[in-house]
Amino acid sequence: MEKTIDLIRERIRDGNARVVTAEEMPLIVEELGEEGALREVDVVTTGTFGAMCSSGAFFNFGHADPPIKMERVWLNDVEAYGGIAAVDAYIGATQKSTTREARYGGAHVMEDFVAGKAVELRALSTGTDCYPRRTITTELLLENLNQAIMVNPRNGYQRYNAAANSTDRTLSTYMGMLLPNCGNITYSGSGLLNPIMNDPAFRMIGSGVPAFLCGAPGMVVGEGTQHSPAGGFGTLMVTADMKEMSPDFLRAATMTGYGVTLYVGLGIPLPVLDVETVRSTAVRDEDIIVDVIDYGIPSRSRPSLRKVSYAELKSGYVEMNGEEIRTSSLSSYRRAREVAITLKAWVEEGRLDLALPTRRIDATRSAHPLRETVQGPRVLDIMDRKVISIGQDEEIRSAAQKLLKGETNHLPVIDSSGKLVGIVTTYDISKAVVNPGKATRVRDIMKKKVITTTMEEPVDIAVRKLEKHNISALPVVDRDERVIGMLTAMNLGKLFGGRWLK
Amino acid sequence: MKLIVTFSRKTGKKPIIAQVVRDTGVLINVERAQIDSSEGEALIDIPDGSCNVVKQRLSELGASVRVLEDVISLDESRCVDCGACISICPQEVFSFDEDWKLVVNGDRCVLCGRCIEICPQRALSQKGEA
Repeated sequence: MEKTIDLIRERIRDGNARVVTAEEMPLIVEELGEEGALREVDVVTTGTFGAMCSSGAFFNFGHADPPIKMERVWLNDVEAYGGIAAVDAYIGATQKSTTREARYGGAHVMEDFVAGKAVELRALSTGTDCYPRRTITTELLLENLNQAIMVNPRNGYQRYNAAANSTDRTLSTYMGMLLPNCGNITYSGSGLLNPIMNDPAFRMIGSGVPAFLCGAPGMVVGEGTQHSPAGGFGTLMVTADMKEMSPDFLRAATMTGYGVTLYVGLGIPLPVLDVETVRSTAVRDEDIIVDVIDYGIPSRSRPSLRKVSYAELKSGYVEMNGEEIRTSSLSSYRRAREVAITLKAWVEEGRLDLALPTRRIDATRSAHPLRETVQGPRVLDIMDRKVISIGQDEEIRSAAQKLLKGETNHLPVIDSSGKLVGIVTTYDISKAVVNPGKATRVRDIMKKKVITTTMEEPVDIAVRKLEKHNISALPVVDRDERVIGMLTAMNLGKLFGGRWLK
Repeated sequence: MKLIVTFSRKTGKKPIIAQVVRDTGVLINVERAQIDSSEGEALIDIPDGSCNVVKQRLSELGASVRVLEDVISLDESRCVDCGACISICPQEVFSFDEDWKLVVNGDRCVLCGRCIEICPQRALSQKGEA
């Protein structure tokens, strides 16, 4: 049996349509079977509510008198992209305020507008014959704008890998706070309620299909940026009129140590036309598997610590290495459910007209990494190759002499086989001189926990280590833990082309 | 019941908490403490019934004492029930009810401040003390 979209629309018009949320679907299919569910259910609504950085809005402010071609535009001190027509601008959710940094950003501007608050517009121009004005400052409410059209380049990720941290220090990431030694796991996404997860072949979701976006009736534009459905990570570009949005489903947020983002509520109604749709909308949290990614590794290909299902993540605990690790969701399942339920009411009331895609979304492609033609500087490019080190059994006095002679502040300490076992600084030695105790040998005063780098490591990663640990030098070690160089704050000067700095 | 005990410059070096335990016989659980050579602050947990006797003895020994009540405050209009706070809290103060609504059990809080720092919606804050 198959149903047509017209039949479903007719049932909606007549008030006879059976609309359910994706959360109810697995049980319905279990009870009625696939054919039974196809006969019974006409529309399945989906929903998700979580942080979606790739969001923003186009504004048209209207023309001033005398007119200005707004080349640079700020809204409450958050810069919007003004490189389009005279009084148009695009504000991105993650753009930070020039005055309030991560506490306020593009997402907050959008939320303030939607909440009915006044927003200050400031713009600059070089002035032209047709647009003579050079500056403008004015307060605007959402209703004062000609258009405020949200267009989010990448929303509604099909699923998202969970996050953990195997290092011994706390990390602040866009996946929230990750405690050391895999002390917690964070995840995002609504699992069985996720729109694409209920239509992974993109049979019902495509260009022109109606959507719920931040409380407004909106539309799917097409595939989202970084759309990668081949691996199960499809995304959507969506749009809706901001003037119809509600702050209940659009929230600015700050991920501590990362920056500003926007919590977006998104839902898509799926017409149930055939058994295949029944099957895909019966997806359960148990069926949706993601990796737990180790964010402690600062490279693009971070390792997976294990596979995990949304059912496990949502249970609050995930077992890892024989331990129960607590999980945190970053998205809100409660609000995702509200999106699906609200959308269900909209469909029943005929507030959204169901439609099939006017253009299909490719369900087979995968996103690839950036092509890099110029490699950034690596540690080997700027490190000091002359290494002065000291044995752990030598006297403190000889360490002091070496530091003086070598004109350095850091002395890597090695054992008899040449392996790095510690580090002493001028500070450690001064301390030993001021508080003469039992310490006589280098091993008594050295720091045993040494933060190191390697020749191949990008300088940016090494710099991050210096900053994070508040230190000014890193021994460069090879695979056998032998010191082959030193990277100090001084070496970083080479990056600015100033070899004379040495 | 939780008390915040502040040690002055003068009392900092004396083993006040140990002294109070010995004098009153009340078993004190130190949940968080920051004490250096001259001053400090400790968060202690004691049985409700022993509040007065412990408070009195601590004051006699020169520490100042405040009772902590409802330390964590949740702004319901900001909270979106995401649950970011759940796994980072060392005291398991936060949980979901069956409808995925965030539940706060403030009695367990030891004021580490982590949740306030990380809440994406900035919905958590520290309340004044009674």
